[in-house]
Amino acid sequence: MRIRPVGAHALLLDCTAPADTPEAVADIPEAAFVEAWRAELWRRRERGDLVAVEIVPAARTVLLDGLPDPTATAEQLTRWTSAVTAAITRPNQADAKAHAPAEAHAQDHDATAEDGAGDAADVVVPVTFDGPDLPAVAEHWGVDVPAVRHRLTSTRFRVAFCGFAPGFPYLTGLPAELALPRLATPRPRVPAGSVALAGPYAGIYPGASPGGWLLVGRTDLVLFDVAADPPARLGPGTRVRMVVA
Amino acid sequence: MTHPATIEVLRAGALTTVQDLGRPGWAHLGVPRSGALDPGALRLANRLVGNPEHAAGLEITLTGCTVRLTRAATVAVTGAEVPVQAGARPGDTGRPLTVPAGTVLRIGPARRGVRSWLAVAGGIDVSPVLGSRATDTLSGLGPPRLRDGDLLPLGDPVGTPAPVDLTVCPTPPEELHLTLGPGPREDWFTPTAFDRLFGSAYTISPVSNRVGARLAGAALPRAVAGELPSEGIVLGAVQVPADGQPLIFLADHPTTGGYPVIGVVTDVTPLAQARPGTTVRFHGPQR
Repeated sequence: MRIRPVGAHALLLDCTAPADTPEAVADIPEAAFVEAWRAELWRRRERGDLVAVEIVPAARTVLLDGLPDPTATAEQLTRWTSAVTAAITRPNQADAKAHAPAEAHAQDHDATAEDGAGDAADVVVPVTFDGPDLPAVAEHWGVDVPAVRHRLTSTRFRVAFCGFAPGFPYLTGLPAELALPRLATPRPRVPAGSVALAGPYAGIYPGASPGGWLLVGRTDLVLFDVAADPPARLGPGTRVRMVVA
Repeated sequence: MTHPATIEVLRAGALTTVQDLGRPGWAHLGVPRSGALDPGALRLANRLVGNPEHAAGLEITLTGCTVRLTRAATVAVTGAEVPVQAGARPGDTGRPLTVPAGTVLRIGPARRGVRSWLAVAGGIDVSPVLGSRATDTLSGLGPPRLRDGDLLPLGDPVGTPAPVDLTVCPTPPEELHLTLGPGPREDWFTPTAFDRLFGSAYTISPVSNRVGARLAGAALPRAVAGELPSEGIVLGAVQVPADGQPLIFLADHPTTGGYPVIGVVTDVTPLAQARPGTTVRFHGPQR
């Protein structure tokens, strides 16, 4: 973990493992550290330990913006590091966070209820798997199309972060070796609700937009509604399962 | 029966949008901050007409805008150096003007600078989206950009106009000197990149917009090749894409980006008035 300065009012918490990381920690994916930090920082902000306008998780980092005193916040982050690292490297807990069904989270519930991510239950996304890039994905993965569908419906995803468009979730859960390239030429228009894959992520387009991800299906689930609270159905930290619609 | 008070857009101009102080606090859901490119100028216009500083006004770009007010109102224009005409009366920027119902208000093309902010007593009362009435040109949240013939509702005035005759709007400088704070990815660039960034002049490119000010000048060479996994972006972040030409993110910036950020501009508001071709120089925070 490294704290990088970002101008006068922000810090970037970089979870990329440095070269001298102990082996026990180096094997844990960066996304797990990002998620642990996000949850911890949201919780501490809720409790009043931390003042920040924005806490923005991303692939390997968490951005804290709108800090009244970044130097003081950097000291806080340093103090909180060992607890976050310990929580994630504790074998049982790390396992529970990564793999256990929703009921096993009951004991965590107090800690995560106020993070707004709805960790208590998985969000089920009904997907019609008829995307034009399904054959291409199957070819990349060296399997047939039904096996792609099976892989996606048997993976327990988590929203690592949102970006690209309001409510667009970057879902982690697929193994690193199944990472996929983007289309060489992005499509000028990807329909709303498209379920897609790129790099190590699955994603769902909340609205129609240009896009370069490989399209595997579509869902009718509304991902972003400004009248809803929270407006994003799949915010950071949310657990997600896909089912055949 | 009384009709609700409105602004009727007679000529929307190149780009006129509703803006307030934006919607910070939603970046974790991919929602940009948006809001006036120079919040201080919008706040001033609001104070001049007796509005709370966060009231929504119009951000008018370069070619001006013409509107008709259906009720008597106090209005104020701040920002760029523009001709202002209220009906047959010549107006002025930087001062409250009280005009009768039916007045046609003309904000002419900018003589210097780019953007003006028009505040009307009561504020533009379109429905807020996630706590803000701002048009976000990147994500499409908020009201659409104005078109000729649009009718925008006005709120009820809540305060009294400021007792001032005139405020002086700063003249946009010929050359911008921007203070650059440390960036999260300084280590992605060679020493040559910093020599060029701090030692040479850049110019504002014509493809600049509310998302970012694109610069043209000496390319900034990378020390690290390859892609940067997406990470959070702040206002004023100077992102360097593959071609090495820096881009300074403004109010409608995306919440995450995949190119390294070499530094962060401390105050982006002068960029709101920077025309294409304007010279930009960077200096470090110690100066």
